Amino acid sequence: MSSKDRMLARAARDITPGMTVNLGIGLPTQVMNFVAADCPVCLHSENGIAGVGGLAAPGQANRNLIDAGGGYITCAPGGSFFDSAVSFALVRGGRLDLTLLGAFEVAANGDLANWIIPGKFAAGVGGAIELAQKAKQVGVLTTHIDKHGNPKILERCTLPLTAVGCVHRIYTDMAVCDVRSDGLHLVEIAEGVSLAEVREATGAPLVVADGPMPTF
Amino acid sequence: MPALDKSAGLTEAIARIGDGARVMIGGFGVPGTPFCLIEELVRRGPKNLTIIKNDANEPGMGVDWLLSAGMVKRLITSHVGLNGNAIRMMNAGEIEVEFVAQGILAERIRIAGAGLKGFVSDIGMGTLLAEGKQRLEIDGETYLFEPAIEADFALVHAARADAGGNLVYEATARNFNPLMAMAAECTIAEAETIVPVGEIGPDAVHTPAPFVDHLVALAELPEVYGVVKR
Repeated sequence: MSSKDRMLARAARDITPGMTVNLGIGLPTQVMNFVAADCPVCLHSENGIAGVGGLAAPGQANRNLIDAGGGYITCAPGGSFFDSAVSFALVRGGRLDLTLLGAFEVAANGDLANWIIPGKFAAGVGGAIELAQKAKQVGVLTTHIDKHGNPKILERCTLPLTAVGCVHRIYTDMAVCDVRSDGLHLVEIAEGVSLAEVREATGAPLVVADGPMPTF
Repeated sequence: MPALDKSAGLTEAIARIGDGARVMIGGFGVPGTPFCLIEELVRRGPKNLTIIKNDANEPGMGVDWLLSAGMVKRLITSHVGLNGNAIRMMNAGEIEVEFVAQGILAERIRIAGAGLKGFVSDIGMGTLLAEGKQRLEIDGETYLFEPAIEADFALVHAARADAGGNLVYEATARNFNPLMAMAAECTIAEAETIVPVGEIGPDAVHTPAPFVDHLVALAELPEVYGVVKR
């Protein structure tokens, strides 16, 4: 399994029976492929579906059935369709147990920046603010460092925020970290990665408990 | 009492939209986008439009036809990430763009359709999107006032309609369509199929007929409505 797939599989383990979950556009959507087919989970997509079944098989796409990222999907038995106001009533009303989102930067204090890079990328925020602010649990799924080798986990975000102090857990190709009131805790480490390597790749101090570190 | 037949010709329906109009357009990506109404609007060519739509479609599709024809002054939207042309025009100052968080956009439209002037929320507090917004204090907490978004016209796409104007949407093509159908002064709906009044059961109606002013039948569905090949 590639380090990316291990990260996706690790995030999928936190999706448990009975949850209503929104998987953000991009990398988080791929977590769907690692959730057990028989796990009773309701996947929400903000364009107006609760009960995403999975990706449509090639040649089987329904032109009217997409997820928020534009991918053609299926609707699971028991699923429902609704308008965008109802969809975000579900989000803001606190019905999402978990959302997994991508990040440009994520900070040790739980701040998330994932929608604008001033002067470079400003295509609009979509539904990210409401997901980040209102889901009961917010997980960030990201490579530990960016393509230039810089850490994406920082003490404080430098980019404009999507939401303040919203993130609970960060899943990367190197580690799983939890945002807690006393700092960023390293809770799991990817197989074959050392603690020194994680510290080196992280732009914020890490709290590490004594004893053996669980791996994934 | 019989229902009024709201069927209208495409040309006649769209001819009502003049320069400077505020036009809501349904759709989230391809599903629910009323491409035929947009195409006729481009042929007609009013200028200085304010377009309200979740996204700007993709280059060469839907809203992009309006942008490329230089008909749009202002775009109120949640995301234009799939349309590089819209981003270029925004960066070059050729169009004004107001980004609104997606659910706040939906609710501001819904609220207008409900005859209200706005609502109060905490979405975006502590971010750029809160800047310049009116603030209110409720129970010691600060919130943002979000004004209703009203429009002169709404262009919506339905899978089925009856001749009286009851609309039914399909799957995720519903999205902003029912909200916009309620929010505009004049709602023009295109429908893939129009059935006689009474064939859509009252419990099955998504948008009730009183919200619809003109109903355009689509003789055939052009390729742009199909599955996007990427």
